[in-house]
Amino acid sequence: MNSEKLLINKSVEGRSAYKFPLLDVNPATALNENISRLEDAILPEVSELDLVRHFSKLSSMAFGVDFGFYPLGSCTMKYNPKVNEKLASLDGFNNIHPLQDEDTVQGCLKIYYEMIKDLCEISGMDWGTLQPCAGAHGEYTGLKIIRSYFLDRGEKERNIILIPESAHGTNPASAHMNGFDIRIVKSDERGLVDLEDLKKNLKDDVAGIMLTNPNTLGLFEVDILKIGKLVHDAGGLLYYDGANMNAIMGKARPRDMGFDVVHFNLHKTFSTPHGGGGPGSGPVLFVEKLKKFVPVPDVVFSNGKYQLDWKKEKSLGKVSSFYGNFLVIVRAYAYILSMGCDGLRSASEHAVLNANYMRVRLEKKYTVAYDKICMHEFVLSLQNLKNSTGVSALDISKSLIDRGYHPPTMYFPMIVHEALMFEPTETESLQVMDECCDVILDLYDKAVSQPEELKKSPCKTVIGRVDEVLAARNPVLKG
Amino acid sequence: MYSYIPHTSSDEKKMLEAIGVNSIDELFVDLKDGGCLLKDFLKIEEGLSEEEVIRKVKKLATMNVQGISFLGAGVYDHIIPSAVTSLSSLPGFVTSYTPYQAEISQGILEAFFEFQTMICSLTSLPVSNATLYDGASAAAEAASLILSSKRSCNEIIVSSTISPFSLACIKTWIKGTGNTLVILPENKGVSDFNALEGLITNKTAGLIVQTPNKYGFFEDLTGVSSKVHSFKGLFAISSDPLSLSLQKSQGQWGADIAIGDTQSLGVPMAFGGPSAGYMAVSSDLMRKIPGRIVGQTVDNQGNTAYVLTLQAREQHIKRERATSNICSNEALICITNVIYTSQLGFRGMKEAALQSRAKAQYLFEGLKKLSFIKTKNKDFFLEFPIEFDSCKKMEKFLFLLKEKGIFGGVRLYPLTNNKEDDKTILVAVTEKRTKEEMDKYLEIVGRLENE
Amino acid sequence: MSKIIDELLYTKDHEWLKIEGTEAFVGITDYAQNSLGEIVYVELPVVDDEFSAKEEIANVESVKAASAIYSPVSGTVSEVNEELSDKPELLNKDCYSNFIFKLKDIKMEEDLLDADAYREYLKTID
Repeated sequence: MNSEKLLINKSVEGRSAYKFPLLDVNPATALNENISRLEDAILPEVSELDLVRHFSKLSSMAFGVDFGFYPLGSCTMKYNPKVNEKLASLDGFNNIHPLQDEDTVQGCLKIYYEMIKDLCEISGMDWGTLQPCAGAHGEYTGLKIIRSYFLDRGEKERNIILIPESAHGTNPASAHMNGFDIRIVKSDERGLVDLEDLKKNLKDDVAGIMLTNPNTLGLFEVDILKIGKLVHDAGGLLYYDGANMNAIMGKARPRDMGFDVVHFNLHKTFSTPHGGGGPGSGPVLFVEKLKKFVPVPDVVFSNGKYQLDWKKEKSLGKVSSFYGNFLVIVRAYAYILSMGCDGLRSASEHAVLNANYMRVRLEKKYTVAYDKICMHEFVLSLQNLKNSTGVSALDISKSLIDRGYHPPTMYFPMIVHEALMFEPTETESLQVMDECCDVILDLYDKAVSQPEELKKSPCKTVIGRVDEVLAARNPVLKG
Repeated sequence: MYSYIPHTSSDEKKMLEAIGVNSIDELFVDLKDGGCLLKDFLKIEEGLSEEEVIRKVKKLATMNVQGISFLGAGVYDHIIPSAVTSLSSLPGFVTSYTPYQAEISQGILEAFFEFQTMICSLTSLPVSNATLYDGASAAAEAASLILSSKRSCNEIIVSSTISPFSLACIKTWIKGTGNTLVILPENKGVSDFNALEGLITNKTAGLIVQTPNKYGFFEDLTGVSSKVHSFKGLFAISSDPLSLSLQKSQGQWGADIAIGDTQSLGVPMAFGGPSAGYMAVSSDLMRKIPGRIVGQTVDNQGNTAYVLTLQAREQHIKRERATSNICSNEALICITNVIYTSQLGFRGMKEAALQSRAKAQYLFEGLKKLSFIKTKNKDFFLEFPIEFDSCKKMEKFLFLLKEKGIFGGVRLYPLTNNKEDDKTILVAVTEKRTKEEMDKYLEIVGRLENE
Repeated sequence: MSKIIDELLYTKDHEWLKIEGTEAFVGITDYAQNSLGEIVYVELPVVDDEFSAKEEIANVESVKAASAIYSPVSGTVSEVNEELSDKPELLNKDCYSNFIFKLKDIKMEEDLLDADAYREYLKTID
């Protein structure tokens, strides 16, 4: 058995792993008894070597982009350049307090300012904020800007956000958090927004529509200019979920498509590491008329100096403590410097090339949800396979693990049955994709000839399939 | 040729042939048809080599000034052990995705589980999540949790002594939700609990307080939880997790919700981000707490296994009915935190806390002696406010220190926007500061005595 | 084929009602429990709380899904099935014998379906 005991179970009373310098002043006075802690907390007592072995072991029981191919649709698991890690660890960034005088943090402020400008250039927008800490946080902030816009105009009745049925779960949740209600817009047989259904839904109560383009099926909304006009004519705004931006960097800009607010995911499109689920960063960019609602502080350049501007009368306020996930922003900033206008365009072109290549290879046996040129990702439907062999998208995914690959995204978007969404990204080579496709095609044959084998997978991992029902019925959430 | 894009022209040729197109441009035909295709390159400079990127960014880092920091207000210059930095940089942690595939993510899931266990132990509450974005947004999530748990209520009372950033996030969140924020006033630097009764209505869902509060003072919360529970409200307390090694934990105070920022657990200051927020709750709130949660279960062979659980609370399932839209957590910060607390243990955390307090008291005693400074007679953790006779004196004080590479304190007025705070600074002292540094501080500002 | 009991009334949201004068027992149908999969948690309403028709009154969760239960008629909660707190899986085992909550002082709604109408409705959505 390969698993790792909880560290606390390796505790030996009295053992310690860190030595502080001796106190060079008088000891602290005791706290008043009223406010003193009662029982001690129970934390590990181990040696530094125990600590290092434990966490080293844990890090080896994980699957990173550094280890293998990660074609997770909608996540853009591209390579995380090491130079970005090196730069994010500089003392000149880490030892800086957010409330130091502005003249002592000109480097940090310049990075902020230039980053916003770069992202504006990429999106076509007029200004932005780097304060949100994640994509969903960016959505929340962007929708709050929309909310603020309509309240400022006295249009309180604009209470509805339209969302396509293929949307990611954060979209309706973010809308709801801002006090909006949702109306779903149907997809047509092309997998795109149904214009007739959109027209039906564009009533006086609509504040806007949230879209991603390409959409969650990896398809480009060819009618986007028409959609933009329809929504604007109805008095609404357009919100761009930038999760799929990796398909169109330098090829198209959300502003030109008619969007008014955009969020990007630096941990997707701009190569910052996923870290096991964070920290990320969700910058929000917007058009000129929305600038007054920017979260405080804004970053400005005036009299040759970068400054923080807290005096924004109509600002929506704050969404996080300070200015955003600065070290994540440093990484993305370095990435943009490394790629440049030519590299960013090339990245999107090769992301799309890679996705189409995998699509045509897998199409030989599998059913692609929409049989046409895709963008940076595509969706397979394994419903037919399931009907004929009983092998599901889940079974194929778990079998891929045994073959050394991270599975694709499963069961999303919800409008495709037994969905598997693949996004190879541009950092993967032809050889890596060929090997992976060979395996996936082989699994199809195994599904037909030995379905029971696939249902047992994974077998080569530390643990087998987990009992999620038990975990949810009788939650054990601490040791 | 770009470092991160591996394709050779022969690779491209093979791929285009397989796809059945003549050029990459043909793959973007929908953009063309849609009227969106860009012709020109973006107005961003061309890509640089790695060496050039390093030179450029290092130069930016040197434009910042590092100093001896006595700055606080939610971010502190604590000692970070080398093992914490080293272990939290391991590629298995850094380059992994969210652990949705449990079989290949046991390491990350177990680390989250250990974090949750640690937070439960520190806060004395039974259920913790695996972090939120930061302490300030955690306060907004707590307000949201409290209000959504009480069907007929739409008011929440928040003490004016919580961090101004937390208060700002709550204010931003509450706009447009139809709920009302009620402020509990302060008196002599701490929450005025005598005023609490008068603010409670039949629409009050609960109360949020902070200790140590925004001034650094400890608050005595005796009797507060029973007051809040007497009208079936929910009680949330925000605390710096390091302070929990000394002061009564949120659970010990009878709170239902514990929140705070984890920057003081092994996270660099880094100009304010990234950090993480923690939230722990009573068992009643287990199915409502936002954020990712890891549970212990078994696999199909009966082995102990960890998995993301209670996902039905989250946005990808509840969608518009989710109480929060949160998707990411601050996973790597979460892992950093649990490495830090595991390395120090409770004894080490207590030592860091006591040394911070001892040094803060040392500096406080020294500053108290200056004739141009007023101090409040309240117990603090590692941070305290000092008030000057005049703004001019305050600016001179900070200037003299800055000249010598010392960042002497945070001006309070820009944080609170209260006119009465315009001659006050917050001074924070951590275990990292030395007597030598503090004596230098006192010697420099002592010169102002003669002016 | 989804199981349907003839004597009960149904809603398009896959709830069943058993009317007893001015009171009603409410639960979820076989179609609902089957779609949800293994049920892990049931959030029960609070006794004495009042609800209007179509208002969200309870929640049923599985590992991969969360389903809101909307009150089929207006009324006041008089009883809840406490057993479901410890054994949510009872709804999978027998969804018709295990009610979720009981309402009193109900006001009937016009869009309730009888067994045949519900049967027909199920045919249209599959």
